[in-house]
Formats: sequence, structure tokens, C-alpha cells
Amino acid sequence: MFSQNLASIDNVWIFPVISLVLFFLIFAGVIIWVLKKDKSYMESYANIPLENDNKVKIIEESKNEK
Amino acid sequence: MNVEKFSYDNQIVKLFTIATVIWGIVGMTVGVLIAFQIYLPWLNFDLQYTTFGRIRPLHTNAVIFAFVGNGIFAGVYYSLQRLTKSRMFSDLLSKINFWGWQLMIVAVAVTYVLGITTSKEYAEAEWPIDIMIAIIWVAFGINMIGTILKRREKHMYVAIWFYIATFITVAVLHIVNSIEIPVSLTKSYPIYAGVQDALVQWWYGHNAVAFFLTTPYLGLMYYYLPKAVNRPIYSYRLSILHFWSLIFIYIWAGPHHLLYSALPDWAQSLGTVFSLMLIAPSWGGMLNGLLTIRGAWDRVRDNPVLKFYVVAITAYGMATFEGPMLSLKNVNALAHFTDWIPAHVHVGTLGWNGLLTFGMLYWLVPKIWNTNLFSKKLATAHFWIATLGLVVWVVPMYWAGLTQSLMWKEFTPLGILQYPNFLETVLQIVPMYVIRSIGGSLYLVGAIVMVYNLFKTAQQGSFVANEAAEAPALIKENNDKFNSHRWLEKRPIQFALLATVAILIGGIVEFIPTFLIKSNIPTIESVKPYSPLELEGRDIYIRESCNSCHSQMVRPFRSETERYGEYSKAGEFVYDHPHLWGSKRTGPDLHRVGGKFSNMWHYLHMQNPRQMSPGSIMPSYPWLLEQKLNTELTLNKINVMRMLGVPYADGYENQAVADLQVQAEGIADDLLNSGIVVESDKEIVALIAYLQRLGTDIKVKPAENK
Repeated sequence: MFSQNLASIDNVWIFPVISLVLFFLIFAGVIIWVLKKDKSYMESYANIPLENDNKVKIIEESKNEK
Repeated sequence: MNVEKFSYDNQIVKLFTIATVIWGIVGMTVGVLIAFQIYLPWLNFDLQYTTFGRIRPLHTNAVIFAFVGNGIFAGVYYSLQRLTKSRMFSDLLSKINFWGWQLMIVAVAVTYVLGITTSKEYAEAEWPIDIMIAIIWVAFGINMIGTILKRREKHMYVAIWFYIATFITVAVLHIVNSIEIPVSLTKSYPIYAGVQDALVQWWYGHNAVAFFLTTPYLGLMYYYLPKAVNRPIYSYRLSILHFWSLIFIYIWAGPHHLLYSALPDWAQSLGTVFSLMLIAPSWGGMLNGLLTIRGAWDRVRDNPVLKFYVVAITAYGMATFEGPMLSLKNVNALAHFTDWIPAHVHVGTLGWNGLLTFGMLYWLVPKIWNTNLFSKKLATAHFWIATLGLVVWVVPMYWAGLTQSLMWKEFTPLGILQYPNFLETVLQIVPMYVIRSIGGSLYLVGAIVMVYNLFKTAQQGSFVANEAAEAPALIKENNDKFNSHRWLEKRPIQFALLATVAILIGGIVEFIPTFLIKSNIPTIESVKPYSPLELEGRDIYIRESCNSCHSQMVRPFRSETERYGEYSKAGEFVYDHPHLWGSKRTGPDLHRVGGKFSNMWHYLHMQNPRQMSPGSIMPSYPWLLEQKLNTELTLNKINVMRMLGVPYADGYENQAVADLQVQAEGIADDLLNSGIVVESDKEIVALIAYLQRLGTDIKVKPAENK
């Protein structure tokens, strides 16, 4: 019954197709982009959360303000 | 190099941490209460404010928006400052975010208990609160993006990507799902009706899970897990892939909540396909998390924080495998409307969100109080209690869901239903409800142990409100090449736009055809707008959240058409602002209940369900028999409905209350004939009118009360 309702919408088939094509293009694009990136670049990114402890000096002076 | 001195704002992290803990206990306690109420109806106390229907949304909203919500803010406010090497953009916005959010939670709690609700799952708040949420959320977003813009770290770490996507998508979801026309300060109708309303609701519901319970927590995982293991994430490449495919795919999968419903087939299939594809990025994320601990597994043994993370990430993996499986139509046919779904949900919430939050708190509290955890032993004990609680919660519910579903579908060799009485299938699984309530209680006990441990930790430490730090300012590149710094500065904005496009595509492709159908659907001639009395009755049904336990969607299965009657058609719901399809059958479906029972039956059943169905677990609703129906808003309701496209004749609003009284007197007379004396202006009369109307429009014979 519902497919009949939908058949009356022009070109309804295009919606699922658009979605799949779009997804595929984006997915492929991201894969290519990721693989092209330099490895050392990736490592420097990955280390960002750990940097505070290792590289940035945290000064423990102003405790208990407020 | 110019080294700048600044300080991290720990005060805001502290506030959100405390709020997370407090609301966590509140939300879980309400959860435990409703887990007991479900098999001990007297625990509803025959009081409207404590009845299951009203406090079940309180539980879901408290754990999602109060516990997890504050957990997100605590986690983001701590990690974002460190990842950008800068203080939050504005302390004032931080405070507005915190106090506004807590005020919103209190407002939600009070209104739900009072029965002020839109009935839309996980978005039950009425319009003034919706506006409030939007404002606070935007304040959070400005604060976050402002911080990213003034950052001292050149790159945006992947956790920040997840935070940005969370902000953008939740804003879009919340706004689209909350478009409603006010009738009064505490009552509104959504502009969508029936099929469209259901589609929007589950596009929202599904993506609230995705972008409130998943993406922010993945962001937190990408920060707090490397911190706890002290090594970088396993594969940064994988995390990028994880991010883009996850946010792109998730948004499409909403229709899997509406399989076999009156939603168009193609939209259902789209939901299924994208749900299946979701396994890939979800598992990519899970593996990325687990593999980060590679070579450090020995530390899991004596580090409770890591224990919590490992089980949380594993639960994420299980829930995200199960989700796609549940969206296969044949599995869904079995699992939908049963206790299997709450089991699935609780693997995600108790496992993924709960345990990850606990792990994060055990790490965060000692950090900002500059001390060590008070007791590792207690934390480890909490871990085991929580894990045991999780298992004891979900296993019986899987069992219950499967058992009940098979009983619903069981036919005798003669081709009639083996268990025609719905109640039989409920009583069969009551023991499972009992075990589940024990599991939930265990989980709560574990959380209480945590409160003590964290309190002691804070007590022994000294709080660092403003943690001093220093970092070099971002170096400006020479202008002769290309001003990459300025370009970078703009990146969070560009990034946010890109993420918005990604999520909007899914929404638009899903919606456009469904909205187009409206004009194409052959409206069923006999489907008419509700009478004023039925409309008021429907609003009582909404107020008491009957849709928490009763669906209004007969699926096209023989087992359902035999039990309930003709399956539900899209055209029957065109005047349903909002839809009340429901998502769980703790009680039977009600879409075809109209005309099935006498008015007297409904009256006595609402007074005390056990009078009519011995053993029933439904709460009693004695106040409906006492309270006078408020007809002050009837006129306005008719006006708003007409504005939304319901064809009430011009000027009908002035006649509405008179019509309402005539119909009410008819029902009161009928009740009197059955020996029940009731004044026609009581709420019960309106509710009976609505129930008797349900699903009768397509029947050839008109319903009694019309």
C-alpha cells in the first residue's frame, strides 16, 4: 500500500540511491585522505593529550583560590 | 618563543563533577523505584505524582540529561582546556552553562511529576523548557568554539572533533524535534502528525543516543583512555575514519525504530541498511580503544580506572553490534515492543556510559583535588558490583523479552492464539522483573560506594581551583607564503560547517519524501478529527504517559491482527498531534481497543485494574474518577489543531465545550445504566471517550459513543 503511495511521488527511487552514492564517496574520500597523511604527522596528533604531562610545565602554585 | 602564562579553570569541572554524581544517584534511584513498581503496583502509591507513567520519563531524562549530560560537561570542560592549552573562552558562559543546566533539570523533574509532558520519548519537556535547553546548549557551544579559536595548540585533537559534532547535531535534533505550537504555558502540540511525527521523533530519539550518549563519550574515550594508560591512541588514522563514517551514517539509521510500522517501506529499508553499515565505524572505535591498552594489559589488573574503561568499551562494542542486528526486520519482528529493547539500551547506558563515567570520575577527582584516590580497593569493589549489577539487569530482560515475544506469536495447531490473554504473557515474566530490580539495586549500591570514595578523596586533597600552566602562543606564519594560522583559526568553524552538512544530508534525504507523501496519501474518508471530549481524553492519556507501556501500532503480523484486530494504517494517524505509537508493550496494544470493552469495564479498570484483570501489574488511577476535567483550554486546543491542519469547521471552537458536555453526559448516562454513578465532568469520562474512539474510524460500524 505504501509503495503505491510512494510511486506517485516522482522519482522516489532517487533518494536511496543518492544516499548510498554520497556515503560511498565520503567514505572513499576520507580513506584516501587518511592514507595520504604523513605518519609522523599522525603521531604528533595522537600525542596531543599526553603533552600536558610531558612537555608543558605545570606550575603548582596557585592552589585553593576562591 | 613567547611563553604565555595562564590557568585552567577547575572550578567549573568540580561543579559539573559534583552534579554528575548527585544526579547519577537520583536518576538511578528513580530507576530502581520503577523497576520495583513494575511488579509491585502498590508502590505507585495510588498517587498521580508517583505513578510509573510519570516517573519513568523522569528516570530516563535524569540519567540521560542530568547524569550523562553533566558527565559530558565535566569531561569536556577538563579535557578541552588541556587539549587547546587555554582556559575556557568565558567563565561567565561556563557558569551560565552549569547553573542553567541544573535549573533545566529541576524544571524537567517538577513538570514531569505534575504530568506536564509532550509524550515524545526523551524529549518530554514542554516548550518553555525546550527553549531554555536551546539557549543553554548554545551558550555551551559558543564557549567551546571560542576556546578552540583562541587555542595555543595548532591541531585540533580528534576528541574535539567529537565534541563539535555533538554540539552541532544535538542543537539541530533538539530544534527540529521540538517545533510545537503552544496552547498554554504548559501545553503544546507538535506541528507534525502521525507518520511524520513518529519519523521525526525517532530520527531524534535514535540520534540523541548517537550524539548525546555516543559521540561525546567517544571524545572522552579518546582523551581519558590515553591519559589513563599513558600512551597515545592505537591508530589516529582509524580515529579519523571512525569519526567521519560514524557521524555520516548514524543520522540515517533512525527509521529502524519503526520497522513494520505504518512508515513507508523504503524508509524502513534505508534505516536497516545504514544501521548495518554502522557496525564498521562503531567497531573501529571499539578496537581503537581496546588496542590502545595493548602492551599495558598488566596494568588493568591493579588499576580500577582501566577496569572500568575496558568493560565500558566492550559494552559499547556489544551494544553497537546488537543495534544493527536488531534493525534486521526479522530480528526486529521478534524483539520490538519487548523487554529485549530495555536490555539492549541498558548494555549501552549502564555499561558504556555509566562505567566510562565512573572510570573518568575516579581519574578526574584525584587530579583536580591534587591527591590520590582515597581507596583503590573500594573502587575495585565498585567495579565488580557494577559489572555484576549490569549482568543481573540485562540477562533476565533478554530472557523476558524473548519469552514474551514467543508467547505472543504462539498459535495452537488449530490456528488460534495459544495465549490470547495478554496478561498471561506478563505474569510469565514477572520473575525476570524481580531479578532485574535486584540488578538495578546492585548497580545503585556500587554508585553509592563511589560517592563515599570520591568524597573521601576530595576531603584528603586540596582543591586546585585555577591550575596554573604555561604554553607558547601559536606562532604566526609569514605572510608571504599563505597565512595558515588564520586559516587554522577558522578551521573549527569550517569543520563545524562540514559536520553540519554531513548530518543534514541524512536528515533531508530521509524527510523530504515522507513529507511529500502527505499530499499524496489517500486520506481515509472515514477518519475524522477527534471530538473535543476525545481530544481532552487524549491529553489525559498523554499526561499520564500511557504510551510508556502501551503501543498504538498493530503490526501487519497474523499474531497481532488475531490479537488486536486490523493492522494500523498510515492514514489513520493524520490528526494525531503528537503520535502515540509507543515503543514498548508492558501492557497490550491499544490501537484497536475502541469498542472492545464497555464503558463500565474501563471505569472499573482505571479505578483498580485488578478488579477486572486479576494479577494485572498496571497502576490504579483513582484520581481520574475524582478530578474535574479542565475545559478552559478546549477552545484554544481546537484553534491550535486547526492551525496545524486538522479540519475543524470555522467557529467550531465556540461550540466545542457544549459538544463536549453532550458527549460526556451520554457516557455518564451509559455508566449510570450499568450502575455506576459518575458526574459527567470527571476526567475519567473524557479518557473513556478517547479509548472508545481509538482505532474505530476504519470500522464500518460507527463506534457507540459517537
